[in-house]
Amino acid sequence: MHLPAILPWGQAEGFSKQMLLVILSVVIIATFFVIAARKQQLVPGKLQFAGEAAYGFVRNGIAKDIIGGKDFMKYVPLLFSLFFFILVNNIYGAIPVIQLPSFSHVGGAYVLAAIVYITWIAIGVKKNGLKYFKLATVPSGVPIYILPIVIPIEIISNFLVRPVTHSLRLFATMLAGHLIVMIAGSGIEFLVMQENVLLKGASVLVLAGSIAMYMLEALIMALQAYVFTLLTAIYIEGALHADSH
Amino acid sequence: MKQLIISAATEGETNPLVPNIWEMFVVLVGFAVLLFIVTKYVVPMFEKNFAERAEAIEGGIAKAEKAQAEASAALEEYKQQLTDARTEANRIREEARAEGAQILADLKEKAAAESARITAQAHAQIESERQAAVVSLRAEVGTLATTLAGRIVGEALSDDARSARVVDRFLADLENQNAGAAK
Repeated sequence: MHLPAILPWGQAEGFSKQMLLVILSVVIIATFFVIAARKQQLVPGKLQFAGEAAYGFVRNGIAKDIIGGKDFMKYVPLLFSLFFFILVNNIYGAIPVIQLPSFSHVGGAYVLAAIVYITWIAIGVKKNGLKYFKLATVPSGVPIYILPIVIPIEIISNFLVRPVTHSLRLFATMLAGHLIVMIAGSGIEFLVMQENVLLKGASVLVLAGSIAMYMLEALIMALQAYVFTLLTAIYIEGALHADSH
Repeated sequence: MKQLIISAATEGETNPLVPNIWEMFVVLVGFAVLLFIVTKYVVPMFEKNFAERAEAIEGGIAKAEKAQAEASAALEEYKQQLTDARTEANRIREEARAEGAQILADLKEKAAAESARITAQAHAQIESERQAAVVSLRAEVGTLATTLAGRIVGEALSDDARSARVVDRFLADLENQNAGAAK
């Protein structure tokens, strides 16, 4: 499954292409936004405008809309970093030659989901104290005789399944996209190598199909970055306002 | 095929759900660095600029509103002044008209008085001239008539006292006749 490492070259373990891409993504994002935000003018230039539009999308489109209130600004850095970190790492999969979405390796997705998991539980406990766990698992307005069923379901869905789905959703979509590109590539190669002219010609159909899949994958790459960030915002909002849910 | 799946499931290295610990480490550190940069530099810079822009726009709006209020106040004042000026002008015109009428009436009265005075004076002058003419005529006519009668009669009617009496009586008769005719 995993590619051989770059350093030491060809070994099973070591510094891999995926690690290089993750580090590169941090450099790309930090450089772009620091440059875009640095030369601040009241009337923005093109670069500043692009940076502000991207920043405003996360700030207003996700953080403000979902979390709202006065204290959404506290979570903007986390959401902003998550969105662009995932976006750039996903888009790698759509760039020829690179063609490796970093989160098609499950480790990164686990780490990000764990960070979010710890964050929203910490927010919930800080806001509501230990009573938070009761608020998060015992829904109000449910008849007492249903509670024995509801409470285990809530515990499982909120505290056990949530981080797993959160990480695997990102990982699985990226892996699937990566696999489709790989399968289409090797399928085309296999068909072109055939003696039969009709089979050779069929490779064109696979090519056309793979281009359509490529477009779909590009959409899913952006969409998953948005979904991951949106869910993070929803979890944080749920932890902040546990008493009113 | 079945063999392959089983071997893949049992062999940890090929199971995609088993993470590579070093990849996790790189993502953790990379994300931490990114989060730090974003928290420390990117978000504050964008927020600062947003705040400045909002302030600039709101300040501009406030300034424009103030200018508008001032302008409408000035307009109101000008309208008020215009109305005042119109009222003033009307008042002055009315006054002028009244004054003009007054002056005209005065002048008419004065002219009438003057003309009356002139007429009276003319009458008096004419009367006095007529009197003078009558007196001088009386003297001259008497002298002429006496001289003429003396020459015609040829006698010495030089008794002045008697001839004067005759002439006076004659003229008095004549005057009486005239007065009778005038009545």
